[in-house]
Amino acid sequence: MLNFMENVAQIPIADWVSKFTDILTNTFAFLFDPIKNDFGTFMEWLAELLASIPPVIVILLVVILAFFASGKRFGLAAFSLIGLLLIWNQGLWEELMFTFTLVLVASLLSIIIGVPFGILMSKSKTAEAIITPILDFMQTMPAFVYLIPAVAFFSIGMVPGIFASLIFATPPTVRFTNLGIRQVSSELVEASEAFGSTGAQKLFKVELPMAKKTIMAGINQTVMLALSMVVIASMIGAPGLGREVLSSLQRAQVGTGFVAGLGIVILAIIIDRFTQSLNSQKGDA
Amino acid sequence: MPVIEVQGLSKVFGKNNKQALKLLDQGKPKDEILKETGNTVGVNRASFEVEEGEIFVIMGLSGSGKSTLVRLINRLIEPTEGSVYIDGEDLAKMDKKNLRRVRREKLSMVFQKFALFPHRTILENAEYGLEIQGVEKEERSKKAKESLEMVGLGGYIHQYPAQLSGGMQQRVGLARALANDPEVLLMDEAFSALDPLIRKEMQDELLDLQETMKKTILFITHDLDEALRIGDRIALMKDGSIVQIGTPEEILVHPANDYVEKFVEDVDRSKVLTAQHIMKRPETINIEKHGPRVALERMREEGLSSIYVTDRKRNIKGYVTADDASDARKREITDLTEILRTDVPQVGKETSMNDIFEIIHDSPVPVAVVEDGKLMGIIVRGAVISALAGETEVISEDA
Repeated sequence: MLNFMENVAQIPIADWVSKFTDILTNTFAFLFDPIKNDFGTFMEWLAELLASIPPVIVILLVVILAFFASGKRFGLAAFSLIGLLLIWNQGLWEELMFTFTLVLVASLLSIIIGVPFGILMSKSKTAEAIITPILDFMQTMPAFVYLIPAVAFFSIGMVPGIFASLIFATPPTVRFTNLGIRQVSSELVEASEAFGSTGAQKLFKVELPMAKKTIMAGINQTVMLALSMVVIASMIGAPGLGREVLSSLQRAQVGTGFVAGLGIVILAIIIDRFTQSLNSQKGDA
Repeated sequence: MPVIEVQGLSKVFGKNNKQALKLLDQGKPKDEILKETGNTVGVNRASFEVEEGEIFVIMGLSGSGKSTLVRLINRLIEPTEGSVYIDGEDLAKMDKKNLRRVRREKLSMVFQKFALFPHRTILENAEYGLEIQGVEKEERSKKAKESLEMVGLGGYIHQYPAQLSGGMQQRVGLARALANDPEVLLMDEAFSALDPLIRKEMQDELLDLQETMKKTILFITHDLDEALRIGDRIALMKDGSIVQIGTPEEILVHPANDYVEKFVEDVDRSKVLTAQHIMKRPETINIEKHGPRVALERMREEGLSSIYVTDRKRNIKGYVTADDASDARKREITDLTEILRTDVPQVGKETSMNDIFEIIHDSPVPVAVVEDGKLMGIIVRGAVISALAGETEVISEDA
C-alpha cells in the first residue's frame, strides 16, 4: 500500500522539456542564428576593443570616476587603483576585460528588459500575479540548468553566457522596480493626477524618480548576479576570469585558481561600490 | 450659475455595489449595508452647489466621507453614481482626455500632507501643473515665481521641500495649485497638519488671498473652528451623508439635528457669536424732551445705574449715571446735556465676543451696540458671560 507509486507510470517531464527545447531551437533558428553570429561578433569586438586600450589609461579612468562617483572620497578610488594594478600584475588583464564586457552587456540587457516588466507589474495586478511566480522560478532554479538550453540555442561562447545570465540576473530589477513604484506615496500620485498628468507624465516625472533608489538597489543586485553567472558561464565556453578558475580546477592548480578568484572578487567589489555610490549621491532628502 | 454643482453623488466601495445602492435608496444606514452586502458607503447621495468666489467648507469627523467627497469631485476616485458639474460640464461622465483638460485648466488641489515632490525644487514643484500642460519653460517659471511670491516664498525657489518647515511647505502646495490659475481650489484638510499658530496664520492668509483672487474654494476640514472662521457656507457630513448646509451662523444657531447640535456644543462660542447675538433692547431717554428727573425715574423703575441718551432718531448722544442725575436734580439743573457723558463704550453689530469682553471689562456702564451712529442695543456683562458659557438662548437676527 505504501509504495503505490510503483503502479504509476513516471511522467515524462524531462522528455517534454527536451522536445520543447528542440522545437524551439529548430523553429527559431532563423532568430537564434543571427543573434549567435552577429551579437557574438559584436561582443568579441567590444571585449577586444576594451582589452586593446592600454591598462594604464583604463585604470586612471576608473580611479577618477571612482573618486567622483563616491562623492570625492578616496576609499573607492584607492581600492580600484590597487586592485586593478594587482590584476594587471598577475597577467589577467585581458581576462578581466572579457569578464567585464560580459557583465556589462548582460546587466544592461537585464535592465532594459527588467525595468519595463517591473513597471508593467506595478500598474497591473494581473501582470503581477502572472510575473511573480515566473520570477520565483527563474531565481530558484539552479543557475547551471540555464546553461543547457543556452547551449542548445546559441551553441558555446559568449552569447549563451549572456542568455543564461539574463534569465538568472533579471528578476531583482523587475521586483525592485515594481516595489519602488508601488511604494511611492499615494498622495504624490494623487497630486500628479489631480494636476492632469497623463499616465506617462506621472510615470516619468513622479513615479520613476521617486522609485529611483529602490530600482537602483535592484540593479545593483542584478549586476552582482550577472557577475556570478558569467563566471559559471565559463563552463560553456564564455571567456574571462571564470575560465581561468575552471581550468585551474580541472588541473588542480590551487594557486592560479586563487589568483583568478581574487580578480573576480576585486571586480565584484568595484562594481558593487560603484553602483551603490551612484545610488546614494543625489537627492538625499 | 454655480461653478460646482454636485447632484446625488455617491461612492460605494467594493464589488457588487448595485445592491448597496438599492439599500441606500431605501434609507438604510451605513453599518447595516456593510453587514448585508460587505460594501462600504463612502459618500451617500451628496448634493450641493458652490457659487463663484465662495469658500464652501465640508466639515466632518474622520470617517465621515469628506476626503472621499473631495476626491469624487476631481475624480481621483470614480463616483458610483451621480454627477459633478464644473461650469456645466459633467465630470463624472467625461472621457479621460476631457477629464485631464478640466483638471489642468479648472481644478487644483492642495493636500493634507502637502504632497510636494521631494526630488524637485520649490520652483519646479510650483511649475508642475504648467509643465505637464507643455507651457514653455520661461513662461511657466515666470508664473510659478509669481504665485510663490504671492504666498511669500519668493526667496526659497531653489531649495528642496525637505529644507522647509511645514507651514512653508504648505505655502508651496498652495502656490503650486495657484500657478495654474484654476477656477476652483480643492483644499483637502490643507491646514490640519500644521500646528495651531501656523494654522491660524495660514487661514488668515488664505482669506487675504481670497480678497484679491476670488477663487471658488472647496475646503475640507475636521476642525469646526476652522470651518466657522473661513467658511462662507458649511456642509456638515456624517457617515457619508451631508447633514446640514448653511452659513456658520445658521449652523450654530439652528442646528438641524442632535448630531449637529452636539458637534457645535464644543465650539469656542467667543469666536462665532457677535454683539448682535447677545445685545438687549436698550432703555433710553430722549435728549430732546427728557431731563435729569425723568432719567432718574426711569433708572429707578428698571433698576439701572446708568441710562443711554438718544435723540428722536435713535442717534446715540451719550449716557447719564444715576449719581449725576440725582446730583443734578438737587442742584435743580434741567438740561440733560450738562450731565451727559460721551465716553460711550461702543461696539459694532459684528464685533466678536472676544473683543466685547475686553471693552466691557473696563467699562462701568453697559456697552452700546452702534450702527451708523444709531443705538441698536446694549450688552450687559452678565450676557457676555452666560453666552460664553453656552447657557443663553442666543437671539438670531430673524428670530
